[in-house]
Amino acid sequence: METLEQIKSRVEASVPGARLEIIANGSPSAQRSLHVDNEHALAVASFLREDSALRLDYASNVTGVDWLDSVVKETVKTKQIIDGLEREIEQTTELKKPGYLEAVYHLYSMELKHGPVILRLRTANRTDQALLPSLTSVWRGAEFQEREIFDLYGIVFDGHPDLRRILMWEEFKDHPMRKDYVEPDDYEYEPTAHDEVLEKARKQSA
Amino acid sequence: MDVGLRSELSKQGVFTTTLEDLYNWGRKNSLWPLGFGLACCAIEMIATSMARYDLARFGAEVFRPSPRQADLMIVAGTVTKKMAPQVVRLYNQMPEPKYVIAMGACAISGGPFKQGYNVLKGIDRYIPVDVHIPGCPPRPEALLHALMTLQEKIAAQSLTGPDRPRHLQPEAPSEFPVPEYGDHDLIPRSNPEVWHPPVLPHEG
Repeated sequence: METLEQIKSRVEASVPGARLEIIANGSPSAQRSLHVDNEHALAVASFLREDSALRLDYASNVTGVDWLDSVVKETVKTKQIIDGLEREIEQTTELKKPGYLEAVYHLYSMELKHGPVILRLRTANRTDQALLPSLTSVWRGAEFQEREIFDLYGIVFDGHPDLRRILMWEEFKDHPMRKDYVEPDDYEYEPTAHDEVLEKARKQSA
Repeated sequence: MDVGLRSELSKQGVFTTTLEDLYNWGRKNSLWPLGFGLACCAIEMIATSMARYDLARFGAEVFRPSPRQADLMIVAGTVTKKMAPQVVRLYNQMPEPKYVIAMGACAISGGPFKQGYNVLKGIDRYIPVDVHIPGCPPRPEALLHALMTLQEKIAAQSLTGPDRPRHLQPEAPSEFPVPEYGDHDLIPRSNPEVWHPPVLPHEG
């Protein structure tokens, strides 16, 4: 299979305007992925599926990821002349990175027996713009997995044929796999409570 | 009836019994379970009904596909919060006298999923459970033991007096409120008439 760089340049050549980015992976597997902008995601997806050298006809897995708002601290050492002496001064800048939700598609080719190519889609934020284009029209098997992500992460998939909750009940309001989800406190009876559960059980009994 | 007299009569070829014994003997040896399983415990329940363990020895092999024909509900497996109202509704649809065996760690307490958000922490929060079986999953022998325990319990029930079984008490409830799906959890979280959690001392 082509390298991710080759795939990226070919996609950019055939889908005009598509903004792609190769996301590095720091883990030992070093499995890199391709971040696609939401406007061209559908076109890119159908290119990946239809291209004769790629033929990525199988979305084996669709995953949701929740990235919380984070603050990145950067310390920069600068030399300044204060009172005639050269001193090193550390300057800390705090950079607020807004959080987002992510859908990760693992793509394989059944026909050419290669893969995976990993496709990432990111929402604008975690609250009111948790919107992504649905790729169910390209890979039919993504339907239930996108529903599951909608259920557990709250990503709304635009263009999904049947976007309903799949695991939790319809009336349920939360998205349990989000990192800031607070589970219901029903720890009235905890015979062998420990750690966090012990804290919850103490609150219950208090 | 005096035990000595009964023994003496049986030596003379006269069989005597009480209506109560006969009634309970009939009941305990024809417990028809409701045929439904929720998770892996159901596989053990199925194994129990097969030839090797042979639940038929206890008269309980007739797994009924309808709650209207069942006497015994074996809650075999993880009861998710989404499934709990249906389990309670099935229990309500069973005619009295009816009994419940909670089979496995999940059904009695939530088991390995207890610290999750979506599994009910024991079906005894909503319906009265007669026998709890621990195990993950319990072996067929454990289910047989639970059935025998239930049979002993039925045999010991007297048909009159304040301890008489629930189906002979007109004022005793036969149906229990079905919990509703709420915004964050089931409403209510438990039925206080059924579930009385033991008060545990927590250190500190």
